[in-house]
Amino acid sequence: MTAALRRHGWSYLFVLPTFSLFVLFTLLPVAQGLVLALQDARVTGGTFIGLANFGTLADDQVFRQALGNTVLYATVVVAAQVTLALVVASLIQPLGARSRVFYRALFYLPLVNSAILVAMVWRWIFNPNPFGLANAALGTLGLGPFLWIGSSDQALLAVILSAVLTIPGGGVVLYSAAIGSLPRELYEAADLEGAGPFAKWRHITVPLLRPTTLYLVVVYTILAFQVFERVYIMTNGGGPNNATITIVQLIYSTAFQFGRYGLASAMAVVLFVMAIVVAIAQFRSLRTDVEY
Amino acid sequence: MSSIRRRLPVHVLLLVAGALSLFPLYWLFLTSLSPTQYVVRVPPEVVPRELTVGNYQRLFETTPIARWLVNTVVIAGVITAFHLLFDSMAGYAFAKRRFPGKDVMFWLIVSTLTVPAQVTLIPVFFILRALGLLDTYPGVILPGLADVFGVFLMKQFIQTLPTELEHAARVDGASEWQVYRHIIVPLSRPALAVLAIFTFQRYWNAFIFPLVILRDPAKYPVQVGLATLQGEFNTDYGMLMTGAAVAALPIIAVFFAFQRQFVEGIRIGGVKG
Repeated sequence: MTAALRRHGWSYLFVLPTFSLFVLFTLLPVAQGLVLALQDARVTGGTFIGLANFGTLADDQVFRQALGNTVLYATVVVAAQVTLALVVASLIQPLGARSRVFYRALFYLPLVNSAILVAMVWRWIFNPNPFGLANAALGTLGLGPFLWIGSSDQALLAVILSAVLTIPGGGVVLYSAAIGSLPRELYEAADLEGAGPFAKWRHITVPLLRPTTLYLVVVYTILAFQVFERVYIMTNGGGPNNATITIVQLIYSTAFQFGRYGLASAMAVVLFVMAIVVAIAQFRSLRTDVEY
Repeated sequence: MSSIRRRLPVHVLLLVAGALSLFPLYWLFLTSLSPTQYVVRVPPEVVPRELTVGNYQRLFETTPIARWLVNTVVIAGVITAFHLLFDSMAGYAFAKRRFPGKDVMFWLIVSTLTVPAQVTLIPVFFILRALGLLDTYPGVILPGLADVFGVFLMKQFIQTLPTELEHAARVDGASEWQVYRHIIVPLSRPALAVLAIFTFQRYWNAFIFPLVILRDPAKYPVQVGLATLQGEFNTDYGMLMTGAAVAALPIIAVFFAFQRQFVEGIRIGGVKG
């Protein structure tokens, strides 16, 4: 033991700060979160109650609403983001190097801002009054005015639209880098056979980009599962009749407003499992890719 | 010539998409600079008639926004500084050194990369309470040092560095710390720049952890402060947008100064929040 320490002491010293912080504030909390989910932990102490919290969640209308909203939000937003990123990156690629740099920066700029700030602007745009910008814009087409975040039918739509109406700059950058490294030979072969630009995009570019697409679907899905700030700010933490409530919003209010830490931890476990399922699905489809 | 004509529609399309994407930001700054009587108008005016900094004066006079900005710079700055040091040390050990337990440690770190941060929120709250760190700056900073994205980033980069220089330095009698400090750190500068930008941006924008950990409004970082402004000013959109503008300006300035690092960061680090 001491011999190992003498030989490897420096190595352990190099990893010690990071690894001890990682154990204390990530590894231990993940384990403790699993334990808390099995407890009736309220503001004071907790007793072991097995899987009872999960039974409570299964019967809970609000949690089901939160789960449904989160999955719906993630599905629509991720589909839109991945499609937009692919289309925009494909359009940027044939332009010169300078244009590519310009557009990548242009599409990434809106994304450096915090979710809070972005949500505040969208709340202002989607406010239910006639002076709301969304209502004014649709009004010129003879539509509306809509209640948006003031209505239980339209609040979730407003939250989803706020996410969809922003070009996903990170995805554009990744697709753009991936397209740049695709092999030229396939395109030259397609040229010889007289394929048009759209046919080449559809039958060569899109299939070859599959690993990037899978990566983006997974990352964007896991991020979308964690949607919180938009809901917290745009709809005061859940909207009329919990129309926009999401899992993380419900974890936050259950734990830190109502002090039911055990139940909230069970929700966090559900969120964790959802993230794992998505990650495994990606791993699976990458493996079938190799078998081709 | 023909190529320009062919590409023109693409440019127009991309510029329109970019303008739409940037529009909320434009609307934010426009509202913040508009005199109160022009903020709420039917129909809303997209081109300004008159600009004023009145909202900014009122914001700095009536809210602790200046304090919140300082808090954010300190919190995000300290977290970034420690990440640069710790992540490059750990990244070096994982990339270049051999020691028992290395694979297990690295596997543990990588396996938590996809864990949603909210999963650890409640337990971290309990741990900080046990340590007496709730409502303190260290309470916000310490959990921020536990995210391992930077270790992964630094390891990937340092792996690509040639080993000869390290050997040469050791032959010359350099200590292990000197090898790290005088060989590895200078060569890792591009990756460290990316890590600095990303970490600073991430913690400039952090919300849910400080929201839960801090109680005293004087300690709030600016994002949490902004959320409380909404309770205070409710539908005074001029004030709300001004608060948002003040929180946005520094990070937009950082973006313009370090665009290349941002884009490079996504390329090597992937999309992270």
